[in-house]
Amino acid sequence: MMAGLILIVVAALFFPGLILRTKSIASGRKGPGIFQPWKDIAVLFRKGSIFSETSGLIFRIAPSVTLATVTGAMMLLPFAEQKALLSFEGDFIMFAYLLALGRFFTIIAALDTGSSFEGMGASRETLFSMLVEPAFFVLLATFAMFTGYTSFSVIFNHFFITGNDYVLIYSIIGAYLLVQIAMVENSRLPVDDPKTHLELTMIHEVMILDHSGFDKALINMGTYLKFAIYGSLIYNLVVPAGWNVILQTGLFFAVQALFAAVIGFTESFRARNKMNKNPKFILTLSAIALIAFMVILILTEKLA
Amino acid sequence: MMSNNSYTEIRNGDVPAGLSDIPVVEYDLFYEIVTNMLADERYHCVSYFCHRSGESLKFICCIADDGSGAIRIIGHEKKDDGAPLRSLTASCHAMHIFEREIHEAWGINFEGHPWLKPVRYPHDRVDSLSMMDNYPFYQIEGEELHEVGVGPIHAGVIEPGHFRFICNGEKVLHLEIQLGYQHRGLEKLIREAGGGLRRSLLAEDIAGDTAVGHSLAHAQLIESLAGFEPSLSLQAERCIALELERIAVHIGDTAALCGDVAYQLGQVACEALRTLVINTTQFWCGNRFGKSLVRPGGTNYPLTGEIAGEILKVLEEVDRRFSNVVDCVFSLPSVLGRFEDIGTVTRQQAVSIGAVGMAARTCGVPRDIRATHAFQYFRKIAVAPVMQETGDVLARGMLRALEVKEAIKFIRQLIAGREDSAEKSGRPQYDLKLRPGSIAVSLVEGWRGEICHVALTDGEGRLTRYLVKDPSVHNWMALALAVRNQEISDFPVCNKSFNLSYCGHDL
Repeated sequence: MMAGLILIVVAALFFPGLILRTKSIASGRKGPGIFQPWKDIAVLFRKGSIFSETSGLIFRIAPSVTLATVTGAMMLLPFAEQKALLSFEGDFIMFAYLLALGRFFTIIAALDTGSSFEGMGASRETLFSMLVEPAFFVLLATFAMFTGYTSFSVIFNHFFITGNDYVLIYSIIGAYLLVQIAMVENSRLPVDDPKTHLELTMIHEVMILDHSGFDKALINMGTYLKFAIYGSLIYNLVVPAGWNVILQTGLFFAVQALFAAVIGFTESFRARNKMNKNPKFILTLSAIALIAFMVILILTEKLA
Repeated sequence: MMSNNSYTEIRNGDVPAGLSDIPVVEYDLFYEIVTNMLADERYHCVSYFCHRSGESLKFICCIADDGSGAIRIIGHEKKDDGAPLRSLTASCHAMHIFEREIHEAWGINFEGHPWLKPVRYPHDRVDSLSMMDNYPFYQIEGEELHEVGVGPIHAGVIEPGHFRFICNGEKVLHLEIQLGYQHRGLEKLIREAGGGLRRSLLAEDIAGDTAVGHSLAHAQLIESLAGFEPSLSLQAERCIALELERIAVHIGDTAALCGDVAYQLGQVACEALRTLVINTTQFWCGNRFGKSLVRPGGTNYPLTGEIAGEILKVLEEVDRRFSNVVDCVFSLPSVLGRFEDIGTVTRQQAVSIGAVGMAARTCGVPRDIRATHAFQYFRKIAVAPVMQETGDVLARGMLRALEVKEAIKFIRQLIAGREDSAEKSGRPQYDLKLRPGSIAVSLVEGWRGEICHVALTDGEGRLTRYLVKDPSVHNWMALALAVRNQEISDFPVCNKSFNLSYCGHDL
């Protein structure tokens, strides 16, 4: 039961370094070592945190809460035919809202600093995460409808054995949507730009500007784990649960690496969206999810 | 030098005018002449300042005539009695910055000036209570509005400046830019530097990114006051250095524009090209930014055949690669989506605030000193200003790309033209004797736009006044106008598209 958990942690070790390396190679540079982001975390852990006088308790606990929620969400994900550490009916709702709780704390911590920048970032993050929520839920509802179950473990166990010929289409649409949702949720291009130093254009980065040292390390860890969590979701969608476990482990890392490379290449060869285009962009994801949902309704003959 | 009843005419970098030859007229007449002239787009004011002469204050206004290439100088005088003057700004907005400078340094009140605010907090300002902390920001009251203050520490830790936005949600209603954090008292330092070498060193540090532009303006001014005529080959070398600077900065700015919209490929490709260009400048004079390259009276780094060959070789490569990058950048939909219709300055706005250089040319205002008040070797080359019409970020990006191409063409012409002249350029002369009791004006089209240096000498040929005007002084207002009704998240890319100088403004 722990296998999924361990694999996600291992994938998270490589993930940020792989994105960086992809971007470096795409721009003709050598780039830092694969583990550099985690070495930075190690450095941050050895440093103390500084708190502004205007911030209070919320600001101090937010990084821990965020990391805790990410860890919690991680436990709900299955691997191969094994059940997840935590598994019950409707656990995908728990998954979505655990991540939302983490974001909620990041947002109120940003507001707690009283900075006008962070307020702006919080407002943008709230809007965009609100818009991306329907896409995620409609997508999962589609899978629930398709398999007839409402728990991650069971959904993914039954995903490829429903006998429905269209499974590959859902798998591809699902993987595409999850990649896009993950880009939004993890504040990457084209919605956000993690590399920018310009506060006025930031969304997520500006909210964590005031966090330092130990707290910043927790936040970074949460971010990297979140990548691997989405990678794991995508993996579950594209690889049938019944396959050989060793093959599955290999494929798990292959999917994660591919996911990182996709992010890296996307960020190398395009510019970021204009801020007011983001809502449209995100709503398009919901629209695609809705179309997939309707198609399933028709194919499974639940809609006359 | 020409004179009629109301003004004296000189030409850029040419024989200076005698201070006593400048007609001094009544203020009402001065007001009328200046407003009448400036109502015509072909005239723009390059300098307006005041200096003490005995008991009274003498005002000198230099207006450039883009049609004939002359600079008209007109003066008025008033007792230092604190009486206010009628503001020119009310009818001619471009004068706002000059009147603010005079108000700040001399305490003259301009009646009817809509924006009589501090400019750069000189150390000997009249109102010593006017401080950074109590800058009178423009305010709008409203339930839905909020203010965002950015700076003075820039996110990229480049230069300090404070930006105060009044926003309705994400939309910017008003931006006010407060500068002056870097005031070094440069004009005074240059005036009192004593030696010609120290003056040159100070001049090239006016704005680090325009080292060649400012040191050329300075050298030209000193030579004009000394009656020194640089050899043709020296003139050509200076123009080559100026165009190399333009190429390097324009390519670097294209990289930064790509960086601001997170387009990594364009950014790294342009950064690599910029390095090629500045390394060539380093190969020539030992400094990547062309410091120590331009000096009055001669040069320490004559352009040898070897260096000229290297420049041509590098430019060949830069030309080819930059064309590729530009095609790629300005055809990518995601980039165009961030540049098009963002930060638009209208032609009318550009004219009314007196925008110069690139900021003017992107709005269809053909202001290029190389064409209208040709200096150095540009007198022998036909320069047609590169123009764009739309006035948005895209126009400013495209203009850079086109100007790089144009500059490469100029350098080829200059290197070829230089070979025809057999004259050798001598070593720099730091002890040039300046013509007493004179005023000289030197205009140079730096990469940002019109750089203006003005000097006044006393009866013994010592500098009594040295005035520096970086193009940014005018163009900061263009940025403030550009972001109105834009999203605040587009401010950085607007700012980068102008790439104005903080220290050039602060002096």
